[in-house]
Amino acid sequence: MEEIISKLAVYITNDILKQPKRSLRPDESIIASGLIDSFSLVDLGLFIEDNFGVRIDDTELNADTFDTLEQLAKLIETRQ
Amino acid sequence: MLTLTSLVHQNYLTNPHKTAFILQHAGQEDFSISYQELVAGSARYARTYGQEGIQPGEVIVLILQHGEDLVYSFWGAILFGAIPSIMPFLTEKLSPERYHADLATLVSITKPAAVVTYPEFEDEIRGTLNSGDSVRKIIITNQIGPKTEVRFDELPGLRRSPTDIAILQHSSGTTGLQKGVALSHQAVLNQLDAYTTTLRLTVEDVVVSWLPLYHDMGLIAGFLMPVLMGIPLVLMSPFDWVRAPYRLFQSVSRYKGTLSWLPNFAYNFCAQKVRDRDIEGIDLSSWRAITNCSEPVRWESQQAFYERFKSYGLRETALQCSYAMAENVFAVTQTNLDSLPITDELDREAYMTKRIAMAPAEGHPRLRMLSSGKPLANTRIRVLDEKGNELPDKVIGEIALQSDCMLTGYYNRPDATEKALINGWYLTGDYGYTLGGEIFVAGRKKDMIIIGGKNVYPQDLETLAYEVNGIHAGRAVAFGIYDEKAGTEEAVIVAEVDTEDPTERQKIGDALRQHITKNSAVALRHAHVVGRNWILKTSSGKTARSANREKFLTELATR
Repeated sequence: MEEIISKLAVYITNDILKQPKRSLRPDESIIASGLIDSFSLVDLGLFIEDNFGVRIDDTELNADTFDTLEQLAKLIETRQ
Repeated sequence: MLTLTSLVHQNYLTNPHKTAFILQHAGQEDFSISYQELVAGSARYARTYGQEGIQPGEVIVLILQHGEDLVYSFWGAILFGAIPSIMPFLTEKLSPERYHADLATLVSITKPAAVVTYPEFEDEIRGTLNSGDSVRKIIITNQIGPKTEVRFDELPGLRRSPTDIAILQHSSGTTGLQKGVALSHQAVLNQLDAYTTTLRLTVEDVVVSWLPLYHDMGLIAGFLMPVLMGIPLVLMSPFDWVRAPYRLFQSVSRYKGTLSWLPNFAYNFCAQKVRDRDIEGIDLSSWRAITNCSEPVRWESQQAFYERFKSYGLRETALQCSYAMAENVFAVTQTNLDSLPITDELDREAYMTKRIAMAPAEGHPRLRMLSSGKPLANTRIRVLDEKGNELPDKVIGEIALQSDCMLTGYYNRPDATEKALINGWYLTGDYGYTLGGEIFVAGRKKDMIIIGGKNVYPQDLETLAYEVNGIHAGRAVAFGIYDEKAGTEEAVIVAEVDTEDPTERQKIGDALRQHITKNSAVALRHAHVVGRNWILKTSSGKTARSANREKFLTELATR
């Protein structure tokens, strides 16, 4: 679980936010807060598919399904 | 005399069972609407508008998401003879306060008589309106009367004159919402007449679109044109497409789509983000024209798209370009459908630094410009210098246009209309040059950022920046920089702050990024927090956006 969270955090801060020095808390809102915009959600979905072998359907790429790294990591774990 | 209403009537009489729409929603079965169903559903809205005391010629603002209600309420307004105007729906990223402020701006200038929305959104809208506002009714989608027999002779829309205003289009943000482009029935039909001739549109065509309807490309090419010309429209939600761009390709293959319009970034977006596993077995050979439009067109973007999808039957000559704007209803130019758009090689440095279009000097880097095509048969174009003199080929100036499909004016804004139209010519605010009758668009005179096809005014972003704690009025500058990988611009704000503490600056940067993202149509990619006296001002004390942009790019390159 922690490993998933840290992999996701590195990807998001480096590749999506382009702020490698930024830290991202596991309980921080990433979608509803506007941190990740809609154009980058598809990247996040593809990253998860390519790295964890888990499919997040496009209808699930929204704050109702997950809004924090913790929730997202949990979702990935239940599907692995 | 024809109007939008009479054309819908004709389609209803000649082809009642032909498919007008195939509406797609992620996770649901596709839903098809025939002309008969379109008219029946829209007539319910038309009747409700009448019962609620709305008068033909009044503006009705539609605040609805992709779906049946948006379709019926829009065409209901056309059948009734009212003027529909589609406002973007509140998204999860947008702050409700900002949305209310935007709506209040729209209401204060456009003075709509009614707003149509969902029951769960009624209180939100009511809370935004003030007593004394023009809005007399909030019409709720679940209170529309039942289907009854449609009697066209009773629909006041058929009594509209071709010179009456048919629709209003706004762009986003405070500045955009203050300038509603008013288009007459005649202007819309003249545009369709000229544009469909250029496109050689036939009844065999099928349009596939994910474009939002509050934007001219989506509203005209991806909504009005197919419905009025009697060809099917496969319409998906922009929110579904952006999360799953492969849906566009699946839809083209499934419905044998022939025509689509895309902003430049979408070519890069699809080429990079569609996986083979999601488009296995699809056939794109029916796609005869995919028109790149609404932001600067790039050869590299078209090429990446073609390389990515050619093995799925994509024809290279399907990749076309257009230069378009709401003030001309939509298209101004279109490339020749039989061949690839022509390109022109320029000296990159001369173009970037001096805005000169010249052949590359020996050993200099080249820039491959992509033509936007020739003007439509009803549209004339001139490239003008600052004094209004017409310029020869390959000299960059401001593009001006004249046609029989221009805006009637900015709605309730005679001041803005007077500024934009000079002796019947519309000054576009875009730079460009001509070459053998083709138009090459080369940047903008007006301060506007185009991100993913969305127009954003930098002054609106700067005003938002001043709302962030730690940033003072007059000490932020907003501009766009081109992102090669994304194929579009990114928004940048440079803000001067008093604190020199890096942690504090990081906090202000985060707050700025979040505030812009939640309060505008775009996401802020670069929040650059700096110390005093970074921002360059002109001698009159105004912020010089282009000079600050250059300074930022230099710093970025050496960082």
